[in-house]
Amino acid sequence: MTGLAPAATTPDLAAGREQVSRTARRERPRVGLTVVLGIVAVLWMVPAIGLFVTSFRTTTAAQTTGWWTTLGDLFGDAWTLQNYGDALSGATSGTGVSLASGFLNSVAVAVPATVLPLMFSAFAAYAFTFLEFRFKEGFFAVIVGLLVVPVQIALIPVLNLYREFTEATGIQVTGTYPAAWIVHSAFALPLCIFILRNYMSTLPVALIEAARVDGASHFQIFWRLVVPMSVPALASFAIFQFLWVWNDYLVAYIFIGNAAPVLQQGLLGLLGQYNQGWNLVAAGSFIVLVVPLFVFLSLQRFFVRGLTAGSVK
Amino acid sequence: MQQILSVLVSVVGGLAVSFLIYLGLNWVVGRTTGRTHARLLPYVFLGPVLVLLVAFLLVPVAQTVWTSLQVTDQYGLESFGGLANYTSLFTTPSFVDTLINNLLWILVVPALVVVIGLLVATLADRLGAKREKAFKTIIFLPMSVSFIAAASMWTFIYAYNAPGQPQVGLLNGIWTAVSGAGPVPWLQEDGFRLNSFLLMAVVVWLNAGYAMVLLSAAIKAVPEETVEAARIDGATERQAFFSVIAPQIRTTIVAVGITVLITVMKIFDIVFAMTNGQFTTNVLGVEFYTQFFSFNDPGKASAVVVILILAVVPVIVYQVRTYREQEALR
Repeated sequence: MTGLAPAATTPDLAAGREQVSRTARRERPRVGLTVVLGIVAVLWMVPAIGLFVTSFRTTTAAQTTGWWTTLGDLFGDAWTLQNYGDALSGATSGTGVSLASGFLNSVAVAVPATVLPLMFSAFAAYAFTFLEFRFKEGFFAVIVGLLVVPVQIALIPVLNLYREFTEATGIQVTGTYPAAWIVHSAFALPLCIFILRNYMSTLPVALIEAARVDGASHFQIFWRLVVPMSVPALASFAIFQFLWVWNDYLVAYIFIGNAAPVLQQGLLGLLGQYNQGWNLVAAGSFIVLVVPLFVFLSLQRFFVRGLTAGSVK
Repeated sequence: MQQILSVLVSVVGGLAVSFLIYLGLNWVVGRTTGRTHARLLPYVFLGPVLVLLVAFLLVPVAQTVWTSLQVTDQYGLESFGGLANYTSLFTTPSFVDTLINNLLWILVVPALVVVIGLLVATLADRLGAKREKAFKTIIFLPMSVSFIAAASMWTFIYAYNAPGQPQVGLLNGIWTAVSGAGPVPWLQEDGFRLNSFLLMAVVVWLNAGYAMVLLSAAIKAVPEETVEAARIDGATERQAFFSVIAPQIRTTIVAVGITVLITVMKIFDIVFAMTNGQFTTNVLGVEFYTQFFSFNDPGKASAVVVILILAVVPVIVYQVRTYREQEALR
């Protein structure tokens, strides 16, 4: 999700204004349309519902009847919570991957891989907005060009880089959390710098100049003025980046792998064993989904704002 | 317990070290004065970013191109082979299938995502505010689902058991009940690339909500007067949409299309988790993985990535050009 293209308007604000003038026209109940869209909504939910229902079924039940047959006979099925326990502990899965430990690994990867690129990008965006230096426009054009570079290009060269580093210093990098942090950070930088610079260039320059006159250094202005004022943009990108990293499989698998498998890797392991029962895969999927769903539902507004800023502005 | 502790230590440690880098840089530059100071100061802010971008994005591009020119022999030794990897790839029939699949993906998925997103946004816009919000949340929800979790949801829908066995996959449940015919191994049916289209459906399901949210915001930003004026002049709803609303949201449509296009070009997880590229569903992202991890052939794997980069170049050029035009207007 790293595209961008121009649009002169800020849809967020405009949407609020239009809302008022349109409600008058919306009074009609529109039963037909509601039914049609209702059916679409149900269809959209079916993949999740199927898995959710299955996650509470026993292995035998999940292997012998379709999940939809239980909807007519809610009390006839033997419901169980054991799948969640098994998936978390890794008890019955052949891979022995415990999603509880995967959960911790995902936290250890996702938190720094969200905070670090934000910090790096905020510093860089400040330089691009408020400082003068040679090749400023050129540097920024390169960053815009890097927005869409696929992560696959980095995998082999960075694995080699880490290996050379280990040979030179004796410090193991591949298989540790920082190995993934750095790659996630580097690939988040272009979009994050782009969004933050766009946001910072809307801040009042007079305020920053006044602080300069009062003798504040750029470092102080950055921490005391610009960062606090940029919180809305920082928050939107943080949510976005967190979901991205939490849901990533490839980078975590290649740079950390079996040394500390993250949730996505654990779930893929379960999926490979689905002949042992869909019920376990289903429970695993919902363990993987808990955090993103919570973040998403509670912070949906910021998330939408971040998307709009990244893609439309 | 021990794991929690080690997670805490690495997270706090990693963040602290990164912050200290900036503090250290600032301290060093703070000891200089005058013109040197003014000249060095921007690099306190930019330095770490430049290092990361050069070491992890720019240099790897050059290295990948170089590695793609190396051939690996049966003993795992590398030597310069010119374009040997590329000719070998392009003369393999299965690789040509892979390219065709990628082409199908980038033609079908962005178009479908935009059309569905536009349709849903336009229709939902006519409902009351409450129903609109509830409906949009449901369509948008898959945005938070990871590719791997989506793959497990949909593998379950497409699941196949031998005839006579109970069918637990929804699609075969419906198919056997409605048609009376035997169950179909959906993900193995490559006639007309049916299985690739079934995989595309998953990505459309994941991304339609994203398109809907952005397009809906753009539609709401269209001045009501322009639509009203068209209605007064006797335009039908359809005419009003295509002649008044569509031109005004064109940039957003392009932006959404490009974003999805890029996601789809490097698509990996869905295909990897659901079919592993078998049954003629292979795509470049999975081919890279197979060449590198299964065949231990970094040269060919890099050649696959170079092909991927070449495919992205037009988009990069477009992005930089749009950015320059925008800057000129500032």
